[in-house]
Amino acid sequence: MSSRIVDARNLLCPLPVIRAQDAAAQCRPGDELQVLCTDPGVLHDIPVWCRINGHSVGAITRLDREIAITIHVGGEDRDDG
Amino acid sequence: MPTTRKAIALISGGLDSLLAARVVQEQGIHVEGINFYTGFCVEGHTHAIRRQDRERPKRNNALWSAGQLGIKLHIIDIIDEYKDVVINPKHGYGANLNPCLDCKIFMVDKAHRWMEAHGFDFIITGEVVGQRPMSQRKDTMPVVARDSGAGDLLVRPLCARNLPPTLPERAGWLDRERLHAFSGRSRKPQIALAAQYGFEDFAQPAGGCCFLTDRQYSVKLADLWKTRGNRNYELDDIMLLKVGRHLRPRPNFKLIVGREEGENHFLEGYRKRFIHLLPSSHAGPLVLLDGTVNEDDILLAARLAARFSKGRDAASVTVEVNDNSGTLRHLEVEPLQAADIPQDWYL
Repeated sequence: MSSRIVDARNLLCPLPVIRAQDAAAQCRPGDELQVLCTDPGVLHDIPVWCRINGHSVGAITRLDREIAITIHVGGEDRDDG
Repeated sequence: MPTTRKAIALISGGLDSLLAARVVQEQGIHVEGINFYTGFCVEGHTHAIRRQDRERPKRNNALWSAGQLGIKLHIIDIIDEYKDVVINPKHGYGANLNPCLDCKIFMVDKAHRWMEAHGFDFIITGEVVGQRPMSQRKDTMPVVARDSGAGDLLVRPLCARNLPPTLPERAGWLDRERLHAFSGRSRKPQIALAAQYGFEDFAQPAGGCCFLTDRQYSVKLADLWKTRGNRNYELDDIMLLKVGRHLRPRPNFKLIVGREEGENHFLEGYRKRFIHLLPSSHAGPLVLLDGTVNEDDILLAARLAARFSKGRDAASVTVEVNDNSGTLRHLEVEPLQAADIPQDWYL
């Protein structure tokens, strides 16, 4: 299992989702992504994107205007192109 | 066991594409969604930025639609490729800088290529004959099918019975009788079908889902092109056109003035790229200065920044001026009065 950070700060949705999607396509099942964002829209969008694409959401932390969301990459969806 | 056919649905986040996908799902077809991000999508941007909108639920409507349908959604960044559609539309613009017909052709073409690369069988869109003045007319819908290369693999389930049968219908993958014959601008058939499927809380953006259909946005984009002397743009350019008041007091520069805290925070992300001004003696907006300026231009910009501050009625306001190299200085200026700002400075 590996862990990667996706820096999507100062990007507006859906770009953080696209960045997460592109990173997930490079991952193996069980890998972990931590997505750093500032658009609060990710609090809705990333969990929905995870649910429909077979990934799961771990910890969500907020510090001031910054949000960090951990994604556990699922086994099925590796082709997001 | 019969083969399960697979369709890729263009999902905009609006009601029509949601319904079109569900109509086809109902016939046992495996459907996945595709959504293209052009940079001009209205989706959530201004909601994310402006503080007054922060109480609204924030969501990407295409993702929400996919969640309702229980389908995968592939969101594709087409920002760079899309420039040619905006800059050189073969079929021209609509009422503003909206190249709707070229846009639809481009997106169906992209979906068609995706379909072929991923082993899908056909494409679905939520188009309805007569619904839009440019891209959804009886005479232009065949143009979309032809110029995109999708041909009769392009199915419009909401109005299919008004159009010639497509290959999926002729081959028996889809039962034509269970497709619809909607037409025109009325939304009643779609609202009724949404109720039948139990869809609630779907998005119905009043101005559509693209900033290019917005008159004021198009004026700002046209100004950008004119003053730069070319029609190119970068993502940051088109994002900044969505934020703040834009004023061009002189041909060589314009100001982007944050209207509230959320916009000021957003503009802070661009401080290193622009000379920027901030009233320091009174609360006021962050102002980005876009252009090549001399000292007199900066003085005028400072007086405008003071005008939009809480010190607008004061005898003088102190304004911080930061240049891109990080040098900071302060100017004491008299705020401009409202009457001193010609209306045509506002873009």
